[in-house]
Amino acid sequence: MEKIQAVTGNHAVAEALRQVNPDVCAAYPITPQTDMMQRFASFVSDGKVDTEMILVESEHSAMSACIGAAAAGGRVATATSSQGLALMWEMLFIASGNRLPIVMPVVNRALSAPLNIHGDHSDAMGARDSGWIQLWSENAQEAYDNTIQAFRIGEHLDIRLPVMICLDGFIVSHSIERVEFLEDEVVRKFVGEYKPVNPLLDIDHPKSYGPLILPDQYHDYKKAQHEVMKKVNRVVLEVAEEFEKISGRRYGLFEEYRLDDAEIAIVILNSAAGTTKDVIDQYRNKGVKAGLLKPRVFRPFPYEEVAQALSNVKAIAVLDRADSFGGYGPLFAEISCAVMSMDHRPLMINRIYGLGGRDYLPEQAEGVLNELIEIAETGKINIRKEYIGLRE
Amino acid sequence: MSEPLWKRLPAGSVLLEPGSAAKFKTGSWRALRPRWIKENCIQCLFCWIFCPDMAIKINKEEGKREDFDYEYCKGCGICALECPGRKGNKAIVMEKEGK
Repeated sequence: MEKIQAVTGNHAVAEALRQVNPDVCAAYPITPQTDMMQRFASFVSDGKVDTEMILVESEHSAMSACIGAAAAGGRVATATSSQGLALMWEMLFIASGNRLPIVMPVVNRALSAPLNIHGDHSDAMGARDSGWIQLWSENAQEAYDNTIQAFRIGEHLDIRLPVMICLDGFIVSHSIERVEFLEDEVVRKFVGEYKPVNPLLDIDHPKSYGPLILPDQYHDYKKAQHEVMKKVNRVVLEVAEEFEKISGRRYGLFEEYRLDDAEIAIVILNSAAGTTKDVIDQYRNKGVKAGLLKPRVFRPFPYEEVAQALSNVKAIAVLDRADSFGGYGPLFAEISCAVMSMDHRPLMINRIYGLGGRDYLPEQAEGVLNELIEIAETGKINIRKEYIGLRE
Repeated sequence: MSEPLWKRLPAGSVLLEPGSAAKFKTGSWRALRPRWIKENCIQCLFCWIFCPDMAIKINKEEGKREDFDYEYCKGCGICALECPGRKGNKAIVMEKEGK
C-alpha cells in the first residue's frame, strides 16, 4: 500500500534517499537544502540507512568526497543549493567527465550578490553545461519521484552520468503538500543492487582515475561524452515507463498541458508551472486556446520533441526564473534552438520572473497571456525580453 | 576505415592498465640536463626519493643509483637541489641541454 502524507519537499526527497539507502553521502548544509540533509543525517544516526555519512567542511569537499566514493565503487548521493552548488562548480565537471553516477537534489536558490536565500533557478542554470543530467520538478511529489528515477537513469550502464534533481527553494522545499510515498521494498527493488563499474576498491585490478589527457585525446573524450548524453532521453523514457508501473504516475521528457490545440503557449519550469496551469484553465473557460509546456529534462534538452509539441502554436512566452545578463534567459535560449528547426516558426518573447523568491502571481501569468493574444493577432512583438513582476 | 578513436576510449578516461605511466615519456620537455658526477655521490638516494618522475635508475641488487634515465627526466633540477654531495661537492649538476 502506498502511504499518503502531508510533507515538505525536503522531507519527501529525504525519504526517497532513505528508501534508496546509498552507500555514501557527503554533504554540507546550506539554506534551503539544510533540512533535507539534516533529516537524512538523522536516518543515518537512527540506523535507518547503512549510508556512510561524511560531514565535510565545504561543498567543494562534499562533491570531492562524493567523486572519490563513487570512483571507489559506491552508490553516492548529496544535496545542495545556490552558493553551495557554485562552490562545487569545478568538481561537477570532474564527476561527469569521470562518468560517476552521483545523485544530487538541488534546492534552487538565488545567487549572491545581493545575498538572498530564496528560490530562483540561477544556481542550477549556472551548472547547465557541467555534463550533469538535470531533472526539474514542479512539486514535492515530482521531486520525490525524480529522485528515485535519477538513480536508475544515472546508473544505467549505457549512461553512467551524475544527475541533478531541481526543486524550488522554499516554495517546494518548505511548503507542505500531499505526497504519495512508495513502499520501501518497492523502491529498493526498483533501484536494484548497485553495480559499480571500474571500482578503485577492486584491488586485484588496479586502475587510475583522472589522468592527464592532452590534445591528442581530450577532444575525442568530449565527443564521447556528448554521444552518451544523446542516449539519455531514451533511458529517461524507459525508466519512466517502469516507474509508472509501480507508482501509477506518468513522466515524460516534459509535460504538455492543454497544448494539443493551443494557439498561444507559456513555457516555464518548476513550481510556477502550477500557478500558470490555473490561469490557463481560466483563459480556456473564456475560449482562449492557451497551453503550457513544462520541461522535465533540461539536460540533455529534448529539442526535437519540444519542437514537435510546439509546432502548431502561433506565439510563445518563455518564462525564465534566471537571467543571463546581456543575453536571454537560459530556457528561452533552449526553446529558440528547438523552434529553429521548424518550418513555420512561432513568435517568441522572453519574460524574466520571480528572481530571489519574488512571488509569481496569477496576474503575471494573465499579463503574459494577454500579451500573447495580441502578438498572435497582430504578428508584432514590441519587446523581446523584459522583466515582469517589478515593483512600482 | 577503423572505428573512430572516441568509440574506443575507456569511459570516463579510467586507466585500466596498471603502471602505464612508464609509457608516458617526458624527456622531451627538458631544457636543462642533469649530469651525475659519480665520484661525488655518496649513494644517499635523495635524488631517487625526490625525483617526481622515474629518471633515477636503481640497481636493485646493490641498492645503488646508476646514471639518469633521460627518457623520464624533464629537467626540473630537484635532484640537483637536494643532492648533498660529498664534502660540499655536488654529485648532480644541471647543464644546458645540447651543450
